[in-house]
Amino acid sequence: MEFDALLLSRLQFAFVIAFHILFPAFTIGLAAFLAVCEGLWLRTGKEVFKRLYLHWVKIFALAFAMGVVSGVVMSYQFGTNWSVFADRTGSVMGPLLGYEVLTAFFLEATFLGVMLFGWNRVGRTLHFIATCAVAIGTSISAFWILSANSWMQTPTGFAIDPETGNFYATDWLAVIFNPSFPSRYVHMMLAAFITTAAVVLAAGAWQMICGRSSEPTRWQTRMAAGTLALLMPLQIWAGHWSGEVAHEYQPAKVAAIEGWCETGPVQGTVLFAWPADNACGLDGVTLPNTSPILFASAHGDLQGLDAFAEDERPPLWLVFWSFRIMVGAGMALLVMGLWGVFKWWRGTIAEPGLYHWLAVPTGALGFVAVISGWVTAEVGRQPWTVYGHLSTADSLAPVSAGQVATSLLVFMIVYAIIFTAGVVYMARIATRGFGDDPAPPPEKGRRAPGTPLGSVDDPANVPEDIVAAE
Amino acid sequence: MDLPLIWAFLIAIAVMLYVLLDGMDLGVGMLSAFASSDEERNMMTATIEPVWDGNETWLVLGGGGLFAAFPLAYAVIMPAVYLPVLIMLAALIFRGVAFEFRHKAVREPTRLFWNGAFYGGSLAASLSQGVILGAFITGFETSGREYAGGAFDWLSPFSLLTGVSVMFGYVLLGACWLILKTEGELQLKARRFGLWALVAVAICFALVSVATLAVDPRVTERWGVSMTSIEIAKILPLSPVPITGLALSAWLARDMLRIGGDSAGPDWRPYLLAIGIFLSGYVGLAISLFPWLVPFSFDIWDTAARDNALGLMLVGAGVMLPIILAYTIYVYSLFWGKVKPGDGYHA
Repeated sequence: MEFDALLLSRLQFAFVIAFHILFPAFTIGLAAFLAVCEGLWLRTGKEVFKRLYLHWVKIFALAFAMGVVSGVVMSYQFGTNWSVFADRTGSVMGPLLGYEVLTAFFLEATFLGVMLFGWNRVGRTLHFIATCAVAIGTSISAFWILSANSWMQTPTGFAIDPETGNFYATDWLAVIFNPSFPSRYVHMMLAAFITTAAVVLAAGAWQMICGRSSEPTRWQTRMAAGTLALLMPLQIWAGHWSGEVAHEYQPAKVAAIEGWCETGPVQGTVLFAWPADNACGLDGVTLPNTSPILFASAHGDLQGLDAFAEDERPPLWLVFWSFRIMVGAGMALLVMGLWGVFKWWRGTIAEPGLYHWLAVPTGALGFVAVISGWVTAEVGRQPWTVYGHLSTADSLAPVSAGQVATSLLVFMIVYAIIFTAGVVYMARIATRGFGDDPAPPPEKGRRAPGTPLGSVDDPANVPEDIVAAE
Repeated sequence: MDLPLIWAFLIAIAVMLYVLLDGMDLGVGMLSAFASSDEERNMMTATIEPVWDGNETWLVLGGGGLFAAFPLAYAVIMPAVYLPVLIMLAALIFRGVAFEFRHKAVREPTRLFWNGAFYGGSLAASLSQGVILGAFITGFETSGREYAGGAFDWLSPFSLLTGVSVMFGYVLLGACWLILKTEGELQLKARRFGLWALVAVAICFALVSVATLAVDPRVTERWGVSMTSIEIAKILPLSPVPITGLALSAWLARDMLRIGGDSAGPDWRPYLLAIGIFLSGYVGLAISLFPWLVPFSFDIWDTAARDNALGLMLVGAGVMLPIILAYTIYVYSLFWGKVKPGDGYHA
């Protein structure tokens, strides 16, 4: 493997997008959680939901800011490193990504300001509407990104200009709602909710272990475990749906995921595999004849790796193992959800024990599943950027390996410094608990609505009655 | 409807708003290096804290808009200015978080680090933006639909000159903003820095203007001015642009020179005049380069996305841009007036 501009550009894209996706995945789920908390507070009048809201909104502000900062870098990658892709697909991808940018900034400019800075400045209903608008808005942002990415996976509704070779849309609805979009969007949204639930669960468990348990801690733990128990079965179904679509449109990806060597009418499920010196390159432990159940909707022969030329197969091991890591993380999340609900039912969820010690590292599993899932999807569609029409190698900008190595190094250093600081700060708030919030900072004067980083310590977010009590 | 022309206009507006707004807060960032105390530095940053991230929005709208509306231009320009774009992004990230982190740092060394990241980031971002502008004006070597030059083609005496010009220009905007937003000692200081920045800007703009004429015969042709001859018929209708720039500079110098005097003009005038100077430069540039979007290889229509893509986006932009603009005006009006000591929200 040579570290040329192509490989380095791919590594750089993988690095910056993997870093970026952590924050949107978390904020999409957190925005929904905040909307639920505020809604429950307005409906039931229970103080505990208000305290949960005011606690998590600080973390939301930080995560949102990090998402914006890391997202700016993303958009420039298309030009600096993948300029041929930008030129060839601009007339299709441009509007999809353009609408994402407009949605994100529209949000940042309006409802986010009310949500972060308006607690004491607008009425309850208006504030709740703003929170819901932010939650819906982040989902719309994800809608456009997933639509753009899914079009690259399963392109439809386009034609190619014979003169320039450029793609252009012939049917916008077919472009936006391309075949893999519905299943992948549902899969990603559920992943975002689950990732957030895992973090909330871990923070609650940690507070209980440290003996800082209070009413909001117990509620957040219950809500998180309940969310996991409810959504993980749905997520397994959504993942399966996504797999069926991939099997129809990207059989090479599925062959690599499953580790199927030979094309045949019936396939098994490869549990584990290792490199071997045979035609297929792998040997493994297989449950035989599972495809009639798992791929019930498939017709005819199921293609194995032998159906594809060597240079049209995705990198086998990366796809194979990242898929299994994702599934493993998902199963662990399902178990933690069901176990938590069981403890809730038994009334023992607030008693720190083995469950809580396991719940703390579970907080990272959502992120692990998101990243490994995206690796499966993105590495699995190699060697294409626009599946079947534009290869990754042909998408590359005319840049030198030296330039890309420099930028990759710079991004790694900058991200390491900035995001370590940010994540440490978020973790500090999340684990602090509710009983021992430090005294509110001194009155700080007029603030801009809509500066996420600045709202973390904003006195306007500390309700007057709590300030008075302290 | 000429959709590419409409989009070129929209993106030109977004870039101009970016230069005027973020240029101002980058300028304040650079000037904060000369603050004599932490208190003074906090006063300076307090003038821009409510607005800076809104200002940066226009960079993303301009950059994202260029990709969406003129993908070929994006595809040629970005690889050509790879390294300066990288420096700009890294600098903007550092500077953005330094706004907050420098207040959170407890120990002296980390506080100094984030202070340094703040003005160093502002400086590096300004310089790299100016260098990118210079590389843009000189044009790009292309073959087919790709950039065909080397990794360091952006580096030239001309691009370094534009880099320094933009840096001084931003310092001027920042100093004039501080005159508007502060009082007393700090305002006096801002006037002094503003005066020096104005002198530097005047020299730089004059040099850039002359050098731009030498960049390409097509630019010379448009203005009707070359080293050996002047075509009155061409230069005359265009002459109001540079003359306005010169007149505004003279007016601003007059305002600045009355340091502390009772007869000094209103505090808002220097900022307005500085904006006027920038606008005249911007319009002059537009006259020189229109309709090139990748000078001197592709024009607006060569690089535009398909009409059905441009039309689809125009619907969204038509709804969102007025809202974003209205919100920007609202935030600025909300924080109108002088900043007082301790007004910074970090106290």
